[in-house]
Amino acid sequence: MAETLLELAGLEVRYGGVAAVRDVSLQIAQGELVGLIGPNGAGKSTTLHAIMGVLPASSGDVLLRGRSLRGLKPETISRAGIALVPEGRRIYADFTVEETLRLGLVGRRDRDGAEADLAWIRELFPVIEEFRDRQAGTLSGGQQQQLAIARGLAAGPEVLLLDEPSLGLSPKLVDVVFEALTEIAKRGVAVLLVEQRAQRTVALADRTYVLSNGEIRMTLSPKDAGDTERIVSAYFA
Amino acid sequence: MSHIQALLDAIGLGAVYGLMAVGIGLVFGVLRLVNFAYGQVIMLAAYMLVFTTGWPDVASILVAVLMAVFASLVMERVAFRRLRTSSPATMLVATFAISYLLQNLALLRYTYHSRPVGDSVGTLAGLINAVQIGSLHIRWITFVAIGTGLVSFTLLALLLKRTTIGLQMRAAAADFRTARLLGVRADTVIMTAVAISGVLAALAAVILAVSSTVVTYQTGLSETILVLVGVVVGGIDRLLSATLGGFAIGFATSFVGAELPNQGTTPFTSNQYLPSVIYIGVIVVLLLRPAGLFARRGQAPVERV
Repeated sequence: MAETLLELAGLEVRYGGVAAVRDVSLQIAQGELVGLIGPNGAGKSTTLHAIMGVLPASSGDVLLRGRSLRGLKPETISRAGIALVPEGRRIYADFTVEETLRLGLVGRRDRDGAEADLAWIRELFPVIEEFRDRQAGTLSGGQQQQLAIARGLAAGPEVLLLDEPSLGLSPKLVDVVFEALTEIAKRGVAVLLVEQRAQRTVALADRTYVLSNGEIRMTLSPKDAGDTERIVSAYFA
Repeated sequence: MSHIQALLDAIGLGAVYGLMAVGIGLVFGVLRLVNFAYGQVIMLAAYMLVFTTGWPDVASILVAVLMAVFASLVMERVAFRRLRTSSPATMLVATFAISYLLQNLALLRYTYHSRPVGDSVGTLAGLINAVQIGSLHIRWITFVAIGTGLVSFTLLALLLKRTTIGLQMRAAAADFRTARLLGVRADTVIMTAVAISGVLAALAAVILAVSSTVVTYQTGLSETILVLVGVVVGGIDRLLSATLGGFAIGFATSFVGAELPNQGTTPFTSNQYLPSVIYIGVIVVLLLRPAGLFARRGQAPVERV
């Protein structure tokens, strides 16, 4: 059994008086790819933001290798080994592709293995090497998404969080991104994938949690991918 | 030939204002804070030249730089850091308060001892002499100002482009929240930007104090107001456009001042015309290009976090 890297234990996040996320508990082990799906406003992005320390947890805990991350700043959490590929990619348009990767290196705990990681990233996303001197803002949406994931990986994270990486991408590019996620997990990274594309996520991930109204309603396995009824019922539970 | 003279002087003043614009623009980039008290950092640095009279010039300038960096970092630690999540209006008012506090502390130097306002500066005194090239009389300090500007801008461009801290500063200025998610340490980046702005303030202080040969509690004040106007006119949300704006307002002030009719009695002298001409220009620019004179085409007026 692979070691548990990220654990959410009874996580609750409140916006004022309203709990956006309630009692969310899940674990992700090294090399696992875990999905988190649910309707708009279910609390998926809120969960990711709470993990990264952007939003404070009102109760419960986020643990990395058993160590609590509560109260830490986003930059400290990033340097502890968790990378977030944010919704909408958040690429710096003025940066070249190469500069974007160098910025990604800032989140590393140490420089050991940086060159090997970069070589692997360039192999994973050949587009990064092809357009290394281009300004990131001039890349297509799909290329920017690959660059955003590459930037996250440059930090050498143990845990990679992705917030709707398939948003606005053509089906073909979704294939490219999802295949890359499998490769990333194979390398030993724990991947938490937040997605709107429910069926594809369920089919891809080792297991997928369905979040609705801030609570986990169901856990699905790849064999449930064909069971549309079950997925839909989880959404409206 | 007098036009060329005016042109060179204007480039010299433009370079000094450009340095100040970079200092203001760097801090604005990472803090979204318009530092009105920048003029008093310049004033403090200029006073160091007075206090170290008789020291070797290099030592005096070094003390001025250290003072400006120290004062900037103290301001950041004591005031700006606590206000980081406040509204831009709150932060601006806070810098007004710091500005007036420091001016009045400096004023005490004269009122307490009931002596006339102003201290003379002897540092780099040779630089106010002019060199004659044909019919032109250019002061050495003008060349020093242009050279300092060019060297500083080049070093800063290299820093922002080539170094890791430079990349982090650019990232933080463009989108601080994402930068922090990537592991960019907010405090480190902000303190670096503030310290560099302090160094630039000291360079501007030395040039301004050496050219005017006098330091008062108002040294740096009117220059900062003009540079702030220039920075807004140029486009405050990008360092390059802010710098060009600062340069442009310095250039325009000097050049228009030299070219305006200078004969006759008040109000028909250039001193009286100058602010009106400059501010009419500013209003016209802001009406035509609200995002800034040097902002990229199609860019919306700056939106603040």
